[in-house]
Formats: sequence, C-alpha cells, structure tokens
Amino acid sequence: MIVQLFPTCLVNEFRPDVGMAVARVLERAGCEVALPEGLTCCGQPAFNAGFHDEARQVARHTIGVLGATDGPIVIPSGSCCDMLVHQNVELFRDDAAMADKARKVADRCREFSQLVAERLRANAAPAAAGAARRAPASTRVAYHPSCHLQRGLGVTREPRELVGSVTTAESVKFDEQDECCGFGGLFSIKNAEISAAMMDRKLAAIEASGADRLVSCDLGCLMHLEGGLRRRGAAIKVQHLAELLDEAATP
Amino acid sequence: MTFAARARDAIGNHQLHVALDRTTAQFGLRRSAAIATLDQFDAVRNQARAAKMQVLRTLGESLQEFERQLLASGARVHWAQTGEEANQIVVDIALKAGVRRVAKSKSMVSEETHLNGALERAGVTVIETDLGEYIVQLGNDRPSHIIAPIVHLTREQVGRLMQEKLAVPYTDDTQTLARYARERLREEFLQADMGLTGANFGVVENGTICLVTNEGNGRMVTTLPRIHVAMMGIEKLVPTMADLDRFLKLLARSATGQKLTTYTTLIRGPKRGGDDCGPEELHVVLIDNGRSQMLAGEIAEILGCIRCGACLNACPVYRTVGGHAYGDTYPGPVGAIVTPGLRGLDKHAELPGASSLCGACRDVCPVRLDIPRMLLALRHQAVEQTPQPLALRVGLKAFAHLASRPRLYRTAMSWVRRFLRSRASDGWIHDAPGMASGWTRFRELRAPAAQSFEAQWRARAATKSRT
Repeated sequence: MIVQLFPTCLVNEFRPDVGMAVARVLERAGCEVALPEGLTCCGQPAFNAGFHDEARQVARHTIGVLGATDGPIVIPSGSCCDMLVHQNVELFRDDAAMADKARKVADRCREFSQLVAERLRANAAPAAAGAARRAPASTRVAYHPSCHLQRGLGVTREPRELVGSVTTAESVKFDEQDECCGFGGLFSIKNAEISAAMMDRKLAAIEASGADRLVSCDLGCLMHLEGGLRRRGAAIKVQHLAELLDEAATP
Repeated sequence: MTFAARARDAIGNHQLHVALDRTTAQFGLRRSAAIATLDQFDAVRNQARAAKMQVLRTLGESLQEFERQLLASGARVHWAQTGEEANQIVVDIALKAGVRRVAKSKSMVSEETHLNGALERAGVTVIETDLGEYIVQLGNDRPSHIIAPIVHLTREQVGRLMQEKLAVPYTDDTQTLARYARERLREEFLQADMGLTGANFGVVENGTICLVTNEGNGRMVTTLPRIHVAMMGIEKLVPTMADLDRFLKLLARSATGQKLTTYTTLIRGPKRGGDDCGPEELHVVLIDNGRSQMLAGEIAEILGCIRCGACLNACPVYRTVGGHAYGDTYPGPVGAIVTPGLRGLDKHAELPGASSLCGACRDVCPVRLDIPRMLLALRHQAVEQTPQPLALRVGLKAFAHLASRPRLYRTAMSWVRRFLRSRASDGWIHDAPGMASGWTRFRELRAPAAQSFEAQWRARAATKSRT
C-alpha cells in the first residue's frame, strides 16, 4: 500500500530524524511511503490565531498538493491531522467546491499511530511490521496524550497499545496524564507564562512518575516539554512514538 | 489591566494555587464519580442539548409563552434591555414597597449587572446569604468561580477574614466558620423585606422558576420576605418539566458531583390564599444585556450554558490563573466566550486567546457546547475587528505567502534554520530573538536541522534508486 507522508513543518525543519523513523516504521508495516512534492505547513498557526484568510491560503495549497495524490495520507502529528480532518472543511464552508476537496483529503488522513495500528491489525503476523520489539534497553515510558489527538481525533487507544507492544518498555502512569501540557502552538509564545506554568505542572508529574522516557505523537508538545526538561536539567529522554517504535525494531 | 498582566499576578500568587489545587481537582473527581451514576449520561446530555438549542432557536416565542404562564400564575414580569435597566427595575420595586433590607441568594446575573452597588446607592442594604458570596461581601471581594465563589481563598484566609470582620476567634475549621456565618444570616433572613434570587431554569410550559442551592438559603429568601424578585437572563428557559428533570440531573452532577442538589425549589407565583408562607409579590426580571445580539452570531451556542462550572474545573488555564484573571463576572472557558459576547469583543479581545484549545471543556460540558469552536470564531472576529500586534500580522501574512509557494518556502526556511543555528550552542538556543523570546524565557529551543527532512528524503530516494 502506498501512503502519502505529510511530514509537517516542525518535523521538516527541526526533527528530520522523526520523519525518517516514521517512514521506516511504516515501511516495516508493509507501506510504501511517498513524499508529495511541495508540502509546507498545514496552516494551523494562522487558523488558531484567527487569521482565516492566511490559513485559507495555506490550506488551499496543501489541499491542492495532497488532492493530486492517492491513498492514505499519514501525518505524524495529532494536531496537524486534526487541522486537515476538521478545520479545513470549516475554513471553506462558504466555498462548496473547496469544501468538497477539503473533505476528500480529510477522509484520507490518518494520524501516524492510527495508521500503524490499522496496519498491525490488518496484518496477520504483527512481526511483519518489523516490530521485533527487541531494543531499546529496559525503559520506563511516560506517554503524553496530546490534546488534538485524544480529544480532537479521538485517538486514545492506539498509541498506548503501540507503546505497550515494545516489550522492553514499561508504561508508567502519571498524575493528570490526560491534561494539556501547555504548548498550544502560538499560545506557548503569546501566553508564555501560562503555558510555562502548565508545562511545569506536567513535567513535575512526569518526573515524579520515575519515567526515563517521554513519548508522544505531537512534535510541538515534545519540543515544548523537551525544552522545559532541558531548562530544568532533567535527564528524561524525549521521543516521538515513531522513534521509540523504530528503535525497538532496529537490530 | 490586561488579561496577561492579571494572569502574571495570579501565577505568582502561591495562596491562590494552594486554594485552586485543593478544590478544582476535587470537583473534577466528584463530577466523574457522579456521572458514573447516571444511566446513559450521553443520551441525557444529547436530549438536554437538543432541548436547549430548540429553545434558543425559538427564543422569542418561548419567552412570550413563559411570560403568559408567569402572569397566569400571579407573577409580575419585567423586561430589561441592559444591566442598568435591570438594576433600576429592582431598585424601583424596592423603593416602591419601602424595602430596607434585601436578602440575596446566589445569582450570577446580579453580579453581571452589579446589582448590589445599585441597591446600596438607593439606600437599600443588601446581604448575600450564600456562604461563599457572604464571604465575598465581607471581604469586599469578587467571586472567582461560577458555583464556588471563593475558590480562590484558602480556609485559613477565610478564618482570618471572619476574625477581622465579625470579631470571632480565629479558626480554619470549615464547620465552625460556617456556623459563624449561619448565626448571623439567620437574623438577616428574618429582617429582610425582599428576597432576591437568580433562576437556574425557567420552564416555558408552566412558568416555573427553578432554583437550586445546597445551603437552603434560596428557599429562605423566597419564602420569608414579603417580596421575591427573581432576575434571570433570557436564555435560562427549558421547554418542559420533563426537560427540567434532565437538566437538574446534569447540573448537580457536573457542578458539585451530586446526584441532586440539596434544595431544589420550584416556584410558581406568589403566596396564594391558604398558603401559610411565601411572598406577597413575585417579580421576574428578564434580562437581555447583550444576549439577543449573541444569539444572532457565531457564539449563539454559548447561550445554552447552564452555569455548572465544570469547564472551569477542567480547564488547565483556569486552574493556573484562577477566575479573577478573566476580569469579569464569568471566568474560565465559558467566560472567555460570554464576556466578549456581553461586554463587547473590543474590550475583551484577549480572552478568546486565553486557551490552549485543549478541548477538556468540551468533553465535560453537560450540554456539549463546542467551546473551542467558539473561541476560534471569536479569535477570528478579533482579528477582523480589533488591532493586532504588528509582528503577528506581518509574520502570519509572510508565513501564508511563503507556505503557499513551496520553492520560496524552502529557501526561506533554509535561511531561518541557518539563522537559528547560528544562535545555538550544543544544539540548543537559550535566548531566541523577537517573538520567539516568549519561548526561550521558559524553555530551551532545539536548533533546527542542518538539512530538512525533505532534502534528506530525496537524497535517500536517490541512493535507493542507484542501488
């Protein structure tokens, strides 16, 4: 199966290694990964800031690029995926033709963990996904469910199952686990104090859990939390779920 | 003072965090437990939502029918376009009847209209009889939560306040503190010649006013004084008694985690012949104060709010900054929508931005209000109607221009990456310039990659095709 990868702007500019891990995990799950030419950003920063004209301009471009491809679109971010699945259609509610295109793209979008879990379920032998589950060395993983993933897209089970499938990783729970980490896109800059206070609460809970690794499906949250951990001098490793799965399958 | 400044103060206030942490988490847990006791919670929610939306769609007719029913039951009905009009109506009723003392049970709409000040200026004494509101009044404070007005105070602070204002021995024992208040309030109930309440619900089909309280004060102020005035926003209607039943189940569980509020008072008309208690006059003041304007726009849905406060307890921003930071009567996610709606977006353009859009409010809302959607709609209106910071405006315009031109975007991003990398040490940036400094004040910023994912991917593909 060919899947179209929308790497997202953050992965593209800040963490290409996450994109590579995403691709390898998908390939092991039996997908052929294609990267459409000309993808940039989903436009969510403009949309969430209330700048609809600007958001529409970006969305029109993205829908154009993705609309010219076939097959599932995989997005390693709950938040960008939610933008494509829910908000783009809303942005074009006064433009029936564009709304229709937006809806067609929306219907093809899968967040990374969703698609991987789907593939694992579809494959008779889970090992075919390359999820040999060998490394990493014993680790205690705190999973942070990002808000747009769990509440926007309703994806709660899949990432936890995938973390659970790594036999050397022990999932640890922490206080107020489902609560927002305070990232919120531009919120983290415009309302920096509030964002930081929310982050501190989240990091304190993660530190208290005894986790040595923090895993999530949204790079925005991860960059925010990792930057906060680093400022605190904490030695918790921060990974996108794809990196954990890739590490587990790499000999 | 701006929201940002108030929020900063709140974040630095240690007492506030002790107080908020003690209560909001507790409220959340109690709510979850209580909801588990309601069969088909989601079905009840859906029915309640449908009923509320139905009333809002036909609000004009519903209000007319409600008025007919009220009049038929012997109540007097007043209409107020604004908060000031509402206050004037209440003041006039009081002065005409020679009222000296008003005993109030908790009413958010009277906070919204600043009724107490208006009555006091007219020479009428007002006593709040809800324990929390009584303490607010003692401290010349403002409520900071829809159902728990003094959630921002610790019991130690309340103990010191009562010691100072009531000349009682200091204690932080809540039972004793409640007893101090009760002893004084008892007398007030008996002396008051007017009782003033809000209305949790107004039932269209028979003109019933429904009040819920946990302290019984609502029942006292609607039965002992000779006049009862109920102030209500025009959106407070529910169609039928059967609907009311569903709303009561949802409200108690969502607000305080109870199956039923301790006192549920249903009022239809003043005292009738043969009744041994009850007011001689019942007045209902129906208040618009910006609501009909909200009804016509993108945030009409928020008029379905039943003021349970669940979204406050669930909101990580509310839990971080408390209610006063929101700067008006209604705090939290609902306040971030209602306040701009009632008072004007130009005066509160920051409030819709006071959210990470995490959606926890939408999850807990008993009538399934899509609060994040409305926050986004207001942010858009704010962009259209109010001045925006230049850096943001220009930045997003440039961003949209580039992000729809991939080649240009790629080049621009490679420059941004190079620039940021030049400011990094050990792969991390400690102090980013411009708007990004908001980030690095509290966290490190990872330096961007030397080569983008796209470039790496194309290189990998080229290698693969060669082998």
